[in-house]
Amino acid sequence: MADTPLISMRNIVKRFPGVTANDQINLDLYPGQVHALLGENGSGKTTLMSILTGLYRPTEGTISVNGQEKKFTSPRDAIDNGIGMVHQHFKLIESFTVAENIALSQISNSFLLSQDAVVDDITKLGEKYGMVVNPKSYVWQLSVGEKQRVEILRMLYRNSKVLILDEPTAVLTPQETRELFANLRKMANDGCAVVFISHKLNEVLELADQITVLRSGKVVGCFGRNDTNRYGLIEMMIGRDINVNKSNNKQEQSLGEVILEVNNISALNDVGTLGLNGMSLNVKAGEIYGIAGVSGNGQRELAEVLAGLRPATCGSIKFKGEEIIGMSPKAMIERGISYVPEDRLGMGLVPNLDASENVILKEYGTSKYSNSWKVNKTAAIKATEAIVKKFDVRMGSIFQPVKMMSGGNLQKLLLGREIASHPKLMIVLYPVRGLDIGAIESVHKLLLQLKKENTAIILVSEELEEIAELADRVGVIFSGKILGEFPVSAMDTELVGSLMAGITENKEDMV
Amino acid sequence: MKIKVQKSLAPNLTSQILVPIFAVLASLFFCAIFFALTGKDPIEVYSAMFSGALGSEYGISETFVKMIPLALCGLGVAVAFRMHLWNIGAEGQFYMGACAATWVTLSFPTLPFFLMIPAMIIMGALAGGLWGLLAGWFKVKWQVDEIISTLMMNYIGILWVDFLVYGAWRDPEGKNFPLTAAFPAAAMLPTFGSLRVHYGIFFVFILALIFWVVFKKSKWGYETLVIGSNPIAAKYAGINIRSNVLLAMFISGALCGIAGMVEVSGVVGKLQPGISPGYGYTAIIVAWLARLHPLAIVGVAFLFAVIHVGGFMLQTMGMPSATATMLQGAMLFFVVGSDILTKYEIKFISSKEGEKNE
Repeated sequence: MADTPLISMRNIVKRFPGVTANDQINLDLYPGQVHALLGENGSGKTTLMSILTGLYRPTEGTISVNGQEKKFTSPRDAIDNGIGMVHQHFKLIESFTVAENIALSQISNSFLLSQDAVVDDITKLGEKYGMVVNPKSYVWQLSVGEKQRVEILRMLYRNSKVLILDEPTAVLTPQETRELFANLRKMANDGCAVVFISHKLNEVLELADQITVLRSGKVVGCFGRNDTNRYGLIEMMIGRDINVNKSNNKQEQSLGEVILEVNNISALNDVGTLGLNGMSLNVKAGEIYGIAGVSGNGQRELAEVLAGLRPATCGSIKFKGEEIIGMSPKAMIERGISYVPEDRLGMGLVPNLDASENVILKEYGTSKYSNSWKVNKTAAIKATEAIVKKFDVRMGSIFQPVKMMSGGNLQKLLLGREIASHPKLMIVLYPVRGLDIGAIESVHKLLLQLKKENTAIILVSEELEEIAELADRVGVIFSGKILGEFPVSAMDTELVGSLMAGITENKEDMV
Repeated sequence: MKIKVQKSLAPNLTSQILVPIFAVLASLFFCAIFFALTGKDPIEVYSAMFSGALGSEYGISETFVKMIPLALCGLGVAVAFRMHLWNIGAEGQFYMGACAATWVTLSFPTLPFFLMIPAMIIMGALAGGLWGLLAGWFKVKWQVDEIISTLMMNYIGILWVDFLVYGAWRDPEGKNFPLTAAFPAAAMLPTFGSLRVHYGIFFVFILALIFWVVFKKSKWGYETLVIGSNPIAAKYAGINIRSNVLLAMFISGALCGIAGMVEVSGVVGKLQPGISPGYGYTAIIVAWLARLHPLAIVGVAFLFAVIHVGGFMLQTMGMPSATATMLQGAMLFFVVGSDILTKYEIKFISSKEGEKNE
């Protein structure tokens, strides 16, 4: 280990209106090391790296490069100081060739571009690090893995010494991931400092020399690879031991028949790899089935398949005995399957429409809110007033666009709408994300009330405490399937933690 | 102190109405500077313009004649725009509608009035609608950008009419002019007395009212609103986006097709090249300035017709015919530019707060 760190970030604070995204963070990057940044969504990983790459300016704190303090006023400054980043969404120009994309970063150096020299350099760099890509291909012709190689080659071409990769494996096949890891190791051995952002524990432990864990904008741990284990990491990411006995909210209730039987389904995620891989579960009427797991392991894909928004590639889904796989969103809604998405304004509600127009979103076509051709505005307003009253939704007026409402009230409106439709099955994703304590409590009460009405509920959460408080059974999701399932009374942090990290009793099963 | 422009959450109704009115006045003032620079008295120019368009029976009649196709095409494109489908093919759909209506008169010249006119309307709507639907189908099937396909299909539609009137449909007794034979009397929409303004104006009011109700009250109006505002939520709510794209493009094209039918049946009385001086393009501006509100579209179309007809009057004063176009352009520029005033608000904040928000 070299004595001076290549990069030293000291007491970095970044505040956005209402949020402190980074709170007194220290981070040292040494040449020759792969440094992993680990943390849940929203823990501040990406903000920290955006500060290092000059996209944001820190509210407080300093950045030193090779011991010298620097102030980055633009991404250009960071690039000139040898800092490069591969973003989750690639920043390549599709209609340019690989060579043109890479040469773009050098455009300021001379008026004329020598294509041939660039092509030569790229070929050499590619051979050196085993990242073969034809410099003359157009970017739109490349696969996702190849595009990522182009991004990495571009950093190397710019002589970047600090290589930051934001969740690089999310888009790769296992084979490509192995190759990427070998290449990153080579680059580290050549004196680069590699930063690897991930929330996949097994990958972090495989590749990283140093691991920094972030939670809610703070560093909660920083240690070498050999000083820790998966379980320790999980505990650190989640933060606290769960209290299983907090069941005072729950009342004993006998469960009904099986409402939903999911059998061995698979589905592709947005980047075309398997988001669900042999997922099976079942839920009974009046049961809350909690799905615990690190987000990005297939939770959203499962919900979207059940809502008819994403096709499943194989398997079977039985809803009250009827095979419903591949049915349209409308058919799912008509059968009483309700999906409460995590993205309230992006999917669940229409931001520019008012509350009453949002309340009828899924049922505008039924006799409840319309006759043969006309929407029944009066019924819509009545229903909205009822929801506002019953679920204590606060807003200026029900005729204002809903985008003006606070997160908690949006969630109450959304849940209120779904509950008012008397669903047989509800899939609810991260229902309390971003809410304050008061709103969290009322959302939890709503879910328990729905349970009393004999609705089967699938509750996806990253808060183990929430699952312990609400659920009857818990399944741990990992890599697109349920890895372990048990009644909530048998749930303990260690068991759940290791399953979330992909560890089952049989070590060979580790992915 | 720092001045910050930020998105306002609640666009209020007064600013939505007042801002465009002030923008129109500002554009008139802006053009007045130009008139002054060319040595004309702006007041004189404007009074000549408005009295030309509104000061006589003839002027008013001509203004309505121009308003009819603008309003119908404006309604047509508004149907598509409401779903964020950028149908700029109104011109081509207009020509196809005129062409299909003409086909009815040429093929069945002996039909009585009460059969002829409905047949022409249906065929005009069908032809314009299919022309729009084709672009919609390309979009649904192959994700072809409707802006490109509708624009290119304009040229096909216009040249198709040229092809027919220079060829197969040319009137053998027409002294070799590229015209079809004049329509039989039964194929002509009645006019108000000896004026040129015709019963097509009822189409405008009826269709504007229908679409006002459809947009405001109907299930389909609600669906298009949701699709236009948030397509992901529309899909989530089980709304079929593909079939709605096809339907909207058909209805959009059908309205423009009706505009074409009304123009040949009410004004021209035959098919010939250049039956539209760009109504389909101006209609885009009309719909936009009216914020896609069907009743406002009729009002804006009337305003544009005034400028158009008034523009002729200016030519008698020795001003170029482009004057009217300049006024229309300035209006669009000012109204669209003033949009920021309804969507954003200006806030004064202390500099300390400003840094935090950076």
